[in-house]
Order: sequence, then structure tokens, then C-alpha cells
Amino acid sequence: MIAGEPVTPKSAERRLPPVIAPGHTFATVTDKISSIVLARPTSKGWLAGFLLSFLLVMLLFYAIGYLLVAGVGIWGVSIPVAWGFAIVNFVWWIGIGHAGTLISAILLLLNQQWRTSINRFAEAMTLFAVACAGLFPLLHLGRPWFFYWLLPYPNPQGIWPQFRSPLVWDVFAVGTYFTVSLLFWFVGLLPDLATLRDRSQTRAGRVIYGILAMGWRGSAFHWHRYQTAYLLLAGLATPLVVSVHTVVSFDFAIGILPGWHSTIFPPYFVAGAIYSGFAMVLTLAIPLRAVYGLQGFITMRHLENMAKIMLATSLIVGYGYLMETFMAWYSGNPFEKFTAWNRVVGPYGPAYWALILCNVLSPQLLWLKRIRTSVPILFVLALVINVGMWLERFVIVITSLHRDFLPSSWGMYSPTRWDWAVLFGSIGLFVALLFLFIRFLPMISIFEMRELVSQTQTEGD
Amino acid sequence: MAKQRNKPNVFGLLAEFEKPQDLLAGVRGVLQEGYRRVDAYTPFPVDGLAEALGFRHTRVPLVTLLGGLVGGVSGYSLQYWTSVVDYPINVGGRPLHSWPAFIPVTFELSILGAALAAVLGMLALNGLPMPYHPVFHVPRFALASRDRFFLCIESADARFDEKQTRDLLESLGSRRVSNVPY
Repeated sequence: MIAGEPVTPKSAERRLPPVIAPGHTFATVTDKISSIVLARPTSKGWLAGFLLSFLLVMLLFYAIGYLLVAGVGIWGVSIPVAWGFAIVNFVWWIGIGHAGTLISAILLLLNQQWRTSINRFAEAMTLFAVACAGLFPLLHLGRPWFFYWLLPYPNPQGIWPQFRSPLVWDVFAVGTYFTVSLLFWFVGLLPDLATLRDRSQTRAGRVIYGILAMGWRGSAFHWHRYQTAYLLLAGLATPLVVSVHTVVSFDFAIGILPGWHSTIFPPYFVAGAIYSGFAMVLTLAIPLRAVYGLQGFITMRHLENMAKIMLATSLIVGYGYLMETFMAWYSGNPFEKFTAWNRVVGPYGPAYWALILCNVLSPQLLWLKRIRTSVPILFVLALVINVGMWLERFVIVITSLHRDFLPSSWGMYSPTRWDWAVLFGSIGLFVALLFLFIRFLPMISIFEMRELVSQTQTEGD
Repeated sequence: MAKQRNKPNVFGLLAEFEKPQDLLAGVRGVLQEGYRRVDAYTPFPVDGLAEALGFRHTRVPLVTLLGGLVGGVSGYSLQYWTSVVDYPINVGGRPLHSWPAFIPVTFELSILGAALAAVLGMLALNGLPMPYHPVFHVPRFALASRDRFFLCIESADARFDEKQTRDLLESLGSRRVSNVPY
């Protein structure tokens, strides 16, 4: 988007893998990306994948239906662990969403050319992750059909939401995040919808894409305002993404439970969100580029850069774990000390050690260039990190709740099959939405790729 | 030769260029000849094109700022009125006007207001949605969303003349000049 000077000097540029394979023109990038959407008939592989994820969506609906009928008791939540998988999943999904906004917004502001081929599907990933996340705070309410009581509206009870609670802040933060992400994504899509409208072979395609494209014709005056709005949205989305996961971390940090009431939570959660988000982007980018032949657009440069970001955030998250433990000891607070000790050697110790293995130890492999440039290993590592980040939220939520101040209140938590059903069902929903996205919309930003071709061509002259 | 000043039978002329630099040169040439009702259509934003066409100042940033201010003030007022005036309750011994606790919601609503204003403002200032425009009647215009760059001079321009304007556009490097029907 910003046609500025490249940040790497020409000599370094030549040693790095290219940000787009050489030899592409405006026409070839347009045709390659739009042909994936406009291809007819629908590929069997796509149908198979969508069917599988759709089955998981059906599982999700079944689990939600039974939940609404029978109540939250079908889950493993009880006293003392009244927040179980639902909150773990909520934080996990929101965290995953953060990488999309970081790639779209922050890398734009930092003038990083390598964001171009990954920002569209990363932003779609954010939207679907936030949609999945949003399910859980609603479902975990005892009476989910009263979810609208969380919103400030004049009501016959004469009450208002308790604005001093992080749970209400969540409503506004997640709601804003979803809306702004949707706006950012849709604005980015407008010129590409016009491309699809102009290239669609069917009448239905022309009409639907035409309506969505709003008559975009690429006028220079429109582009100017468009670029201004796009940059402003990026500038707004950047503090937003930091604030949203900060507010989510406040769900824990504002409470007084040992292991939760820690000022490191906001930055530690945001770093963790970026970490898991990039792991998910890699998990998506690697199969997509293989199946659709997009190695010319999503090159080794992109994969390596994402691996480096994962490594960096793994160090920040590792620092967070270290500081939590250190401060628990240094504070002298017996409850903090016990909670830290209990995490490591208590009944949920295996989860903690799995977490350390997945999140702190395994990404250290990325220091080796051989690992960073090996696509299969990157894919496996990304999956491992996704699991590790889920475990992190599990450890944070469950271990602090199951043994807090009063030993007579201690208890254990074990998830039921309905907990697992909703978790895997939500993964199915996420994947199903992604399948729909790659079928009907361009998964790479076509006009930004054209801009990239234009910029890299002039550099080569 | 006397110019036809009754209603012209075309919306304008559309010149096609293959490279963005050629389009920029065409725009400068056309403006130098005194044409004013000029627009350019490109498949991606071309650096310097809007400036070359004389577009100086966009109001999108102002609209965005106003949206953010409205969002923030509304958020804070909402919290103040509900928590201090209409439904005051003691939560953890905090004062009723617990302004630090009001910051997150105020911040989020400012961002929301600004983002909505930026997008809706940009669309409104661009006049979108506008599903109909005469340039869409030119079949080659479909390439404006692929790899061709177009320059359009409207017949409403005072200096417009079908033959002379066409000759000018061809001399500026366009290899295909089309009539744009209404």
C-alpha cells in the first residue's frame, strides 16, 4: 500500500529470497488469484475438506443445542473451577485472531512488503477466530439467552451493566475488534471484488460481486481517499489489537486470585496472542500455498519471517513464565508461592510441562536456519505451538482456580465429552468458514500484489 | 471549426495505456492543454496520480477524528451517567465516578467510532455505492481492474471536441481511444 522506499539495501535484498517470484506481471497475478475463485467446477478436494469441517460444525450445533436445553452442568465446570474450557477456548481463539490484525495493520505501518501476500487470509482468519471466540462468553453464561443483558440498554429492571468489571469491558473490546476487523477486511476487499465482478463468467457471479463491489471503478480520486482510509484504519487497528488482548488479560489480572493478579499479564498475553496467531497463519499458509500452487506469492521469505516472529514471541512468552515464577517467590506471598509450586508439581503438572515443551523449548529449534527453511518442520512446529498456547490458557485458568486461598475449597476439574465437543466443533466452524472464504473470495490481496509487482519492477530497473 | 455545443452524444473519451508512467504522462499532457474534467482509472493506486490530477486535500482524516471523538465522548458519558447518576452502586469500595475503570470502554468506543467514520466517510465522499457509471459501457474497461490504465475526459469539459481531444490522447501515447456512451 505505501509505495515508499524498500527498507533493505539492494545488496541485502539480493541475498534474501524474493518477496514475489520474478517474472510476474499485473495480469498474471490477477489471473492466478482470481482463477482460484472463479474456477469451475468446484474442486473435489475442496468439497471433501468442507464436508469434514461441516460435520464438525454439526457436532458444534448439537453440543450447543444440548447445552441450551440441559444447562452448564453438562460441562465439567463446578465449584471451585467455575471457569473451564469455555474461557480457555475464548482466550485461545481471540489470541489466534491477533496475528491477522498485526500483519494487516502493523506491518503496513512498518512498510513491510512481505505482508502483501498473506494479509488477506490472515485478516479472514482473524474474523473467523473472533467469531468462534465470541461464542464462548455467551455459551458459558448460565442462561445464554439473556446475553443481551451485558449491553447497556434501557430496561424495565432499571439496571445497567457494571462498567467497572473486565467482563463488561470484554463485551466492548471484542465487539469493537470484530467490527473493526470486518470493516478493515471488507475495505481491503473492495477493489478485488471489482476484479471478480469484471472477470466472472456467470451472471450470478457478476451480480453478487457487483453488488458487493459497490461500483468500484478504480478512479484515482477514489484510490486517494481509499488509501487514506486504509492507513487510518491500520493506525486505529494497531492500538486496538494491543488493547483487546489486554482487556482479555484483565479478566484474570483484575481478579485477586494468586497466579492471576499479576501486572505482567497484559504484555504477556499480547505477546502470547501474536505467538499463537502467527502459528495459526503458518498452519494455514503452508497447506494453502501447496494446494493452490502459490509458492510464487508466499515465498520462503514469508515463511522465514513468520518463523522469526514466532521465535521472538516465544522468548517473550518464556520471559513471562519466568517472571511469574520469580515474582511468586520474590513476593514472599505464601499463596503466590504455593500457586507457582502447584502448577509445576501439582495434579496438573503434566499440562504445565507439556506447555513448557511446546511453547518454550520446541520453538528454540527456529534458531537454526535449516529448520526455519524446512516447510514440513515449520508446519509441525506451528501445530505444536497452537496446542501449547491452548495448554497455557488451560494451565492459567484451571490451576489458579482449583487451589486458591482456602484449602477446604480445593477441588479438581475434569472436562466432559461436551467440553471437547464444543472445542472441536469450534475448530470445525473455523475451518468451514475458511473453506467458504477460499472458495468465494480472493485469498490474496490482488490489487496489493499488483502494487508489489509495480514496486519490485521499478527496483529492478 | 465551430464546436457543437448542444448535448454531446457521448459521455466522454476513454484512453487506454499499458503502463502507469504512460498514464501519468498522459494526465500531465491533458491538463497542460487546459482540460479539467479528467479522471483516471487504475487497477491499483498509482503514486502521484491524484496529485497530478489536482486532488489536494481529502476530508477523510477529519471525518475519522470526529467519529473517534463522538465515540469516546459517548462512551464516557454513557458510563458516567449510568454509574454515577442513574444506577449508582458501591463496587469494591470504588468511588462512583471511578474514571480509571471507565477508560477501557471509552478507548474501545473511540476506536470503533473512528473506524466506522473512516470507512463510511470514505465511501460517502467517494460517492459509493454507485453501481452505474458510463465508463462501464466500454467493454475494454474491464481491464481497468486487471492490467490497463485509463484516462477519461468528459464531454462536459469546455475544451472537449471529439476529434481534437481524440488526437491529443493518441499523441500522448494511448493506442486505443474509445467513445464512452451514456
